[in-house]
Amino acid sequence: MAAEDSELLAIRNLHVDFETDAGLVPAVRGVDLNIAPGETVALVGESGCGKSVTAMSVMRLTEGRITAGSIHFQGRDLSRLPEPELRRIRGGQVGMIFQEPMTSLNPVFTVGRQIEEVLTLHQQLSASAARAQTLELLKRVGIPSPERRRLQYPHELSGGMKQRVMIAMAIACRPRLLIADEPTTALDVTIQAQIMELLRSLKQEFGMAVLLITHDLGVVAHFAERVLVMYAGKIVEQGSVRDVFKRAAHPYTQALLGALPDPLEPTLRLSAIPGRVPSPTMLPAGCSFCARCAHAFEPCPTERPELFEVSGEHRAACFLRRPPATFAPTPR
Amino acid sequence: MSIPVGPTPVVELAPRPEAEALGIAETPAQQLWRTFRKDRLAMLGLYVLLALVAVALLGNLLTGWWVVFDPTTVRLPDKLLPPLSAPSTALAPELRPPFGSYPFGTDELGRSVFARMLQGSFVSLSVGVVAVGISLSIGVTIGGLAGFYGQRKLGPVSIDTLLMRFTDVVLCFPTFFLILTVVALLPPSIYNIMIVIGITSWMSIARFVRAEFLALREQDFVTAAQALGLPEWRIIFRHMIPNAMAPVLVSSTINVAHAILTESALSFLGFGVRPPYATWGNILADGRSYIFDAPWLFLIPGAAILVVVLAFNLVGEGLRDALNPKLRRRAS
Repeated sequence: MAAEDSELLAIRNLHVDFETDAGLVPAVRGVDLNIAPGETVALVGESGCGKSVTAMSVMRLTEGRITAGSIHFQGRDLSRLPEPELRRIRGGQVGMIFQEPMTSLNPVFTVGRQIEEVLTLHQQLSASAARAQTLELLKRVGIPSPERRRLQYPHELSGGMKQRVMIAMAIACRPRLLIADEPTTALDVTIQAQIMELLRSLKQEFGMAVLLITHDLGVVAHFAERVLVMYAGKIVEQGSVRDVFKRAAHPYTQALLGALPDPLEPTLRLSAIPGRVPSPTMLPAGCSFCARCAHAFEPCPTERPELFEVSGEHRAACFLRRPPATFAPTPR
Repeated sequence: MSIPVGPTPVVELAPRPEAEALGIAETPAQQLWRTFRKDRLAMLGLYVLLALVAVALLGNLLTGWWVVFDPTTVRLPDKLLPPLSAPSTALAPELRPPFGSYPFGTDELGRSVFARMLQGSFVSLSVGVVAVGISLSIGVTIGGLAGFYGQRKLGPVSIDTLLMRFTDVVLCFPTFFLILTVVALLPPSIYNIMIVIGITSWMSIARFVRAEFLALREQDFVTAAQALGLPEWRIIFRHMIPNAMAPVLVSSTINVAHAILTESALSFLGFGVRPPYATWGNILADGRSYIFDAPWLFLIPGAAILVVVLAFNLVGEGLRDALNPKLRRRAS
């Protein structure tokens, strides 16, 4: 495909299954995702919708098995790359930051040593060069008095400070793509804003693309250019942040946005989406949102909707958006 | 718990001159040492062990290379002399003991018990240390493999099942009789005893390491290390083993005591080290025929074994408390 050459990351029809006692459980069911160089794409959805599994699959770090599909990064299929070559990409060209900065650092080494380890591994720097570079990185991610912090252990740093260290490790080798798996979920709100601001400035400086995994729609609106909404292992809506937030086309996205509290009109009860996410072992034959959907009609329970075009790049997997066959222009 | 403990020891654990200059909190090792010091019994045990190491090294030097105290000189006129007695005048001048006295008396052949105990202390200590070294390497390897690669299948069974059931099988052997059988078949050399004790005492360590690895595998910092492209061996040896060592260290300390006891028992039964070479066990065994006539022959080696085993156990207990974060917080 010609389009894939211009893409930094191109995920095609990704399926990830988990082997459990209850049998094979599909967590990701045919996800397509493109990221252009320098672009910020947000993947949103509630817990268990498969967004983290999708992100982890890019690095092949998921416990589940990739049963179908491909993950092309700069033209190479990461899902089939041999382990040693994959290791060079992990941490080298693709950086990753995690949700829990508290537990993402090794408690028995100083943070400086952990950053130096990455630098010596991927860039074959000498010990003194790695140390200088580490100080530079710590300064860049906004850690005051890096000479002191370098020699401290993770338990001596605050959560926000640890997340900054994690970011320093992730960007140490100037990756082309940064995967941020809920980078601010475990932090308090003021630190969240600082961390997102840091990510934004690093992204501009290094020209990295960012795949942001989150369930925080506010973060998405401020940070991302494009957004993909996931539900029960499938993309249900995708488009520019503006399109998706202003003209949500899928009933799930509409309900999700409707559930956000409006600070100008405080209400006693926040609106919620009725029902529950279907268990991945018992997915309905048709649209997986159909049981909770206020607009469900006759094709929904039996047929699976594909992504129908709403306008331009804005697409939604909902039969409401299916172009009516009868309206097709018939030649005279 | 702030009772002062004797003289402040001069042991410096992991000094960080740079860090101290910058006024940074202590390393995990320093923290461990600070808590350990508060345990008076454990400190007592540690002093005994340090003294034992000094005695063993000095003893090996003075009985082996630069023979001041000769454990093999037979002085029949001076047999079965009580401790602190002077040599008889009938003795040839070149046979007289150094400093004109037998500090621990003599045995039935007139050999100096002091010289024999010195020689035996080195045997006991090296048997303990080497046997535990062997059991540590087997235990950490098997436990680590089972914990890290356990999920992988090897034919119909997983690696974890294979290794841990093997561990259970070895655990079922009556260890002491197994050692007796093996030692009876092998030539009675000290190295054989070290190896045999080592390969029959690794099971608890393997179980500890496996349990720790299973927990560590799920830790974010291990996933983070993988996401940074670190090779597997580096993750295992640099990131997981240092985090898994706490319970292993405690059980190894107590295992040293066990190994010393086992060696003494073997020597006592005559399966241990060959007679002209003294160990605490065979001094005890030789002394049992003279239990009423020369009680020092069994009291001295018996007390030495008791004190050393007790010291190792005390240090192990102290380490266990110092490594337990809950107790540590209460203590500080």
